[in-house]
Amino acid sequence: MTGHAAPDAAPHAAPEPMVRFKNVQKSYDGETLVVKDLNVDIASGEFLTMLGPSGSGKTTSLMMLAGFEPATHGEIILNGQSINDVPPHKRGIGMVFQNYALFPHMTVSENLAFPLQVRKMSKADTEAKVKRALEMVELPEFGSRRPAQLSGGQQQRVAVARALVFEPELVLMDEPLGALDKQLREQMQYEIKHIHESLGVTVVYVTHDQSEALTMSDRIAVFNDGVIQQLSSPDTLYEKPDNSFVAQFIGENNRLNGTITESRGQTCSVKLDNGEQVVADHVVAGGEGTRTTLSIRPERIELDPPAGSQVVTIDGKIEELIYLGDHIRVRMSVAGTDEFVVKVRNHTGRKSLEAGQQATVGWDPADCRALDALAD
Amino acid sequence: MSTVASDTSPSLPVDSGPITAADGTPLHVALQRATRKARIRAFLLVAPLLAFVILTFVAPIGQMLWRSVENDSFSANMPALTAWFKANEAVQPGAGLDSDGLPGEDAFAALAADLAGARENRTAGVVGTRVNYDLSGSRSLFTKSARRANRLEAPYKAALLDVDEDWGNPELWGVMRRSSSTYSAGFYLAALDMQYDAQGNVESVPDNRRIYVPLFVRTLWLSALISVLCLVLAYPIAHLLARLPLRYSNILMIFVLLPFWTSLLVRTTSWMVLMQSQGVVNDLLVAMGIVSDDGRIQMMYNQIGTLIAMTHILLPFMVLPLYSVMKTIPHDYVRAARSLGATPSTAFWKVYFPQTVPGIGAGVLLVFILAVGYYITPALVGGSSGQLISNLIAFHMQKSLNWSLAAALASLLLFGVILLYWLYDRLIGIDNMKFG
Repeated sequence: MTGHAAPDAAPHAAPEPMVRFKNVQKSYDGETLVVKDLNVDIASGEFLTMLGPSGSGKTTSLMMLAGFEPATHGEIILNGQSINDVPPHKRGIGMVFQNYALFPHMTVSENLAFPLQVRKMSKADTEAKVKRALEMVELPEFGSRRPAQLSGGQQQRVAVARALVFEPELVLMDEPLGALDKQLREQMQYEIKHIHESLGVTVVYVTHDQSEALTMSDRIAVFNDGVIQQLSSPDTLYEKPDNSFVAQFIGENNRLNGTITESRGQTCSVKLDNGEQVVADHVVAGGEGTRTTLSIRPERIELDPPAGSQVVTIDGKIEELIYLGDHIRVRMSVAGTDEFVVKVRNHTGRKSLEAGQQATVGWDPADCRALDALAD
Repeated sequence: MSTVASDTSPSLPVDSGPITAADGTPLHVALQRATRKARIRAFLLVAPLLAFVILTFVAPIGQMLWRSVENDSFSANMPALTAWFKANEAVQPGAGLDSDGLPGEDAFAALAADLAGARENRTAGVVGTRVNYDLSGSRSLFTKSARRANRLEAPYKAALLDVDEDWGNPELWGVMRRSSSTYSAGFYLAALDMQYDAQGNVESVPDNRRIYVPLFVRTLWLSALISVLCLVLAYPIAHLLARLPLRYSNILMIFVLLPFWTSLLVRTTSWMVLMQSQGVVNDLLVAMGIVSDDGRIQMMYNQIGTLIAMTHILLPFMVLPLYSVMKTIPHDYVRAARSLGATPSTAFWKVYFPQTVPGIGAGVLLVFILAVGYYITPALVGGSSGQLISNLIAFHMQKSLNWSLAAALASLLLFGVILLYWLYDRLIGIDNMKFG
């Protein structure tokens, strides 16, 4: 699961997790729960991302871990000790904020020295550490500048450096790349990932950007409505979503509604609403007669598969073609839905496609998961 | 070759001359022409305000500064004597005077002629008042002598001394000489509790006659105290306003602004009702047995009254700039400081407080400048020990009619405020200031 971590310390095998959320609940108004019964173990050295739409409770969970919001119920344990009553400044957790929160009246060096000065570190040590931190984020010449004189990406790096300069074991990041443009965001994703790998710190990262979560994380906790929908590695999350919300939230997804007609343990037969019969992985609880939504990734679908291959095939009609360079997005009407998307790789010798054309779609039954039913 | 170059890079200047527009006019001329209409329209839009400011602000201040050094009530009404003073610059105590320390017959002749003229024009009082500023008791001398000016005959020196022997006072002649010049720094000297002695040197007035300098000191001291009190009271309120959810902060904001919507007089008089010795607060304290009936606390008609009432009245001027600055400081800064290991107090003093300094500067400067020139509240609740310099300026404007002295006092106040503003700019920087 944590294949990116250092090989000698498989984090999930460690006897004690670094952070443990134990039955944590949070309510702001005393009427609704923002976080409903959160239980997560975060291993030392892990990069765990809390992913979800806004209002799903991911930031609240992070703020409870940082100590800025008290948990309404339950316990948060850091290194084996409950930190419910420990104030934020005694938790020793580094944090990177969405707007960076660099102190505007201090220079970059003063910002970096701040956590060291409040720890009464000697001047020489402070200077050395600040210098090293600036080198780590490749801004050695920028120490005397004010945050306002830096670009967004540079401010972001300083914010990361400041959260790491006092060498915390745990660093929290609250949508740190949200304010950057796409290109810079992708670059910073790698940089943060590399810093995490080289320092071995534990990172808890909050984002609503699923591609960011997939790129960076060892594990991803998908939040919705105050509940973790699925907690697993990026590839599992993408390829084997547990429920329709995860399938829908992570990546692009085709949905086909139907009813299970026959369950054979791992697999099942599903009768689609237009009468077609297909085979799929049986994920949803419930046997024969259960309503289900099939989930198939667009890139796993083949257009006009050669006859005889072991695939499920359904006839459809091409509605729209969108040229995206490396691939072509084909929107089709299949089995009663006209939002069925197929990604066709743009390789030489591909068949010419045209809107209005009839075509067959086919996929490996293993790529099709019967999940909980979603209303259309 | 050259055509190819100009085709591919037409914007590159071929020679090093000034850049021109496409029709050959210099670029800055073309630009000016293109924006002229917009500039004229913009000027016309602000013209009414400009005229208003000039009429109601620049002109009165200019006139005030002018009046503080100019006073022609002597020279305009005593032309002959003024001319004699001018012609006999050298006649000073110890040189050119008669043995009795007085000028000769020609000066008295000029004086007699002027007094006759003053009688004709009924201006003896004006001249007398002017001389009276520097030498009290002189006004009646002038009016009395002017009444008899028609009956004066040569030799005028003896005749005038016969009318009133005060004309033989050498000090009077020194004062008249100084009054005869239209421009003088005398009013500034008076405003700084200084005067000319008989030899024309500047000296301080005796201690028991010093009024203005102690009053300036008191005004500055009370204004500083009021600013500090306002800051201490306003800081938490402004912080609360900036942090509360909108619906609560709106209600709180109404309470802060409520004093603005109430008449200043009503507010001040209600303080009088509350705080006077037979007022609500004292009655309560007596009723609760905290103070005895004859030991009622004097909170009105003294400095405490001025302090309390003005702090209350000027408080919103501190809250609003502070609020506007605090509103822009995201909560994340303090959170970041806490997460970096700072205790709540370190986070406040090292991170939050420095960022509110522009608001503090603006608020303190605003309250201080308003307090320095405040008039009505100290006049009503200040008693005698709580009067500020503006009350004395009003006195000279309305009662003593010594407008030049009032102008000099007001100008000193203006210079003081400008000096403070300059100091503020040097220390904190005016760019850092943020009003509401």
